[in-house]
Amino acid sequence: MPVHKISYFYLFITVTSFTMAEVIKIKKGLDIQMKGQAEKIYAKAPRAETYAVKPMDFQELTPKIIPKLCDPVKVGTPIFYDKYNPEIKFTSPVSGTLKEIKRGERRRIIEVVVEDDGKDTAEKFLQGDPADLTREQIVENLLESGLWPMIRQRPYSIIARRDRKPKSIFISAFDTAPLAPDYDFVLKDMEEDFQWGVNVLGKLTEGKIFLGLDGRYPSVQTLNSIKGVVINRFKGPHPAGNVGIQIHKLDPINKGEVVWTVRPQDVVTIGKLFKNGRYDPSIVVALTGSRVEKPLYYKTIRGTAVAPLLEGKMMEGENRVISGNVLNGLKIDPAEGHVGFSDAHITVIPEGNYYEMFGWIMPGLKKMSASRSFMSTWLTPNQKFDLDTNYHGGERAFVMTGEYDKVLPMDIFPVHLLKAIMVNDIDLMEELGIYEVDEEDLALCEFVCTSKTPVTKILRQGLKNLRSEMEG
Amino acid sequence: MNSLRKFVTKIKVPFEKGGKLYMFKSTFEAFETFLFVPDKVTTGRVHIRDANDMKRTMIFVVIAMVPALLFGIWNAGFHHFQAMGEDAGFWQMVWFGFKRIFPIIVVSYVVGLGIEFAFAQMRGHEVNEGFLVTGMLIPLVMPVDVPLWMVAVATAFAVIIGKEVFGGTGMNILNPALTARAFLFFAYPSWMSGDKVWISGLTDGTGVVDGYSGATILGQAALDHSQFVNGLGEVYTAWDMFLGTIPGSIGETSTLAILLGAMILILTGVGSWKIMLSVFAGGTVMGLLLNAFAVNAFMAIPFWQHLLLGGFAFGAVFMATDPVSAAQTERGKWIYGFLIGLLAILIRVLNPAYPEGVMLAILLMNVFAPLIDHYVIRGSVKRRLKRAKVQAI
Repeated sequence: MPVHKISYFYLFITVTSFTMAEVIKIKKGLDIQMKGQAEKIYAKAPRAETYAVKPMDFQELTPKIIPKLCDPVKVGTPIFYDKYNPEIKFTSPVSGTLKEIKRGERRRIIEVVVEDDGKDTAEKFLQGDPADLTREQIVENLLESGLWPMIRQRPYSIIARRDRKPKSIFISAFDTAPLAPDYDFVLKDMEEDFQWGVNVLGKLTEGKIFLGLDGRYPSVQTLNSIKGVVINRFKGPHPAGNVGIQIHKLDPINKGEVVWTVRPQDVVTIGKLFKNGRYDPSIVVALTGSRVEKPLYYKTIRGTAVAPLLEGKMMEGENRVISGNVLNGLKIDPAEGHVGFSDAHITVIPEGNYYEMFGWIMPGLKKMSASRSFMSTWLTPNQKFDLDTNYHGGERAFVMTGEYDKVLPMDIFPVHLLKAIMVNDIDLMEELGIYEVDEEDLALCEFVCTSKTPVTKILRQGLKNLRSEMEG
Repeated sequence: MNSLRKFVTKIKVPFEKGGKLYMFKSTFEAFETFLFVPDKVTTGRVHIRDANDMKRTMIFVVIAMVPALLFGIWNAGFHHFQAMGEDAGFWQMVWFGFKRIFPIIVVSYVVGLGIEFAFAQMRGHEVNEGFLVTGMLIPLVMPVDVPLWMVAVATAFAVIIGKEVFGGTGMNILNPALTARAFLFFAYPSWMSGDKVWISGLTDGTGVVDGYSGATILGQAALDHSQFVNGLGEVYTAWDMFLGTIPGSIGETSTLAILLGAMILILTGVGSWKIMLSVFAGGTVMGLLLNAFAVNAFMAIPFWQHLLLGGFAFGAVFMATDPVSAAQTERGKWIYGFLIGLLAILIRVLNPAYPEGVMLAILLMNVFAPLIDHYVIRGSVKRRLKRAKVQAI
């Protein structure tokens, strides 16, 4: 090759390697194919009568209510705060009156419900370019507007603590959970606000902001030109889209360190706060699941009552409505429940409260399993399943080994970690990497477990015990 | 189906707490869940579950053992008639073997499940399905003429001492089926070794062809024979060893049938191929080493023959792979399996008291498995701590 052509060749290589985002391959995991993927169309959700903020959406939160029942509220008016961190406020997504404080077991507050007056009268907040603001000002604005809870902190997945300096911030802008919304579709026209949000977050950390994008479709350009972030593309089965896995691969959390995470549409809302000086509670929610007639994307408001969204779309029968996805979501009542604060996904599947005769020995053409002992794996490997909530067995002791490892792409021994939690061995829990995991990371372990061990429940208990040991 | 379900729901009532038949609740539930997968639904953040459960997993292990069982049934008949010098048709042989082996299976399951039901009731738990597999494994490692009362005692010992005192299924350190066999081996050695017990009718002696020897191939090797013959003096071929037309414990002779079972276990994802492969690898390595330094006939047995003889293949596929007593980390499984293969052949060849070393090698490695796992985990922990130090700098 002539000399000048060689140098152009090397120039080409160097340039493309700088502009091409790194693709990180995730080998372990499991993609669960289900019926009821949302079609890529938008619909404006009907206005609901009530909107709620649910303390249950946040880990280890003890709420204290601010207004009294029937007090008027505007968009952005604080309605409750964290008893142990009073600067963390939660604000109303609509204007109207405080209608109801729903309580559950032992008088725990599960929902704070606002009756909507349809006017969307809003509080005013600080408006400005984050480049011109100090960290303090930015933090104050986020706290006052009630958007601070959008920032979660690892370990423990609690709401971020303002006095902790995170070593980095992670945003995963794609979701690999079953039936998850397609964020390339959702965020397509939100890039400017997203960039504003990134700029805000950039002021909160001295480290980097890592943006995880879908590596399965490298030609998609949404969010590719966001500045101030380190873009990495991840390719692999679920849980490749989980922020916890991305943290583990790029900037793992060691004892004493803290990483903050923010969901993509929350980044947009934060950006809008600083750009417009107002809390814009609009959000796109994918309504999915085998029990939904023509699943689609709803443009709605955070905390909306779920009933208007299900009207005319949910099929008859005993259904489970989940705010979130089937691996990480809260069950909500179809008539009275409200969608979660940061949830951009609703899944409706059939309840599995039926007996099946000799179910455990049946060939199982319609059953889904990570083991290969069902005919469905062999005959119809590309089948989309109609999964229900049946346990498919009873709870047993730990017997099979190697099941969890196949679906957890982390250098962690999940069974040993769970056993350390069960005997409350704090040192061992730390050594085995409990700081790096959250329920959504271990959700697939719970799904595949032959012994039906309540993995995520045990993990949450362990995180709770650890936090009270560490932080008193 | 619906009427049966309604019937079961109705008769369930007295078994609940406070009811008259409460002390049989675990037993009732065992039968109920045998008939019906329960209607329990998920609570918590994970809303769906894999369709596979413990029952199904265990049943597939039993299915994988069926080829070895069927062959063993025929083989028992085949050798019996050979020893008696009588001609017999295929189905005659099968019927004979069935008559001798089926009672052993029944005793194993009845005694074992009875004890398991009792313990489950005492603890207030559901009956665990672990014994579905152990109950089939125990007969397959017995000599065909073993007295039934011995099977009962050994099963009781294995279930109570080998499993329940540790906390039941999932908590045991040793493989329960091997515990049963080891118990019999040390308590009643004349019934578990020698050259009469492996072929039905030899211990009794009536009608046996003159000069017929029921010695296994390994038994002959231990006597420093360099050629291995059957009872009638005919030399065994490698095909005999692979197919399994040799004397031995009920299920261990046919390498072919065992490999079929191995395929079932691996294809359905139930058995660990890592353990199976590493056991064979360890055995091969030790076999080669012994061949290299051979000073007697036993050491000179070609390494590949070792893999076909005795309980090696059966141990590798069905015993070493018991997930509870094996190493539980993926890396640990390689080490565990390899050491089993290595030690089994070593014990077999160099120890004059035991012509069969697989059982002891597996039991020994069962004891060491937690240690292997411990060091594998320490490795991961060290990596994590090192990373933390590097970050801090």
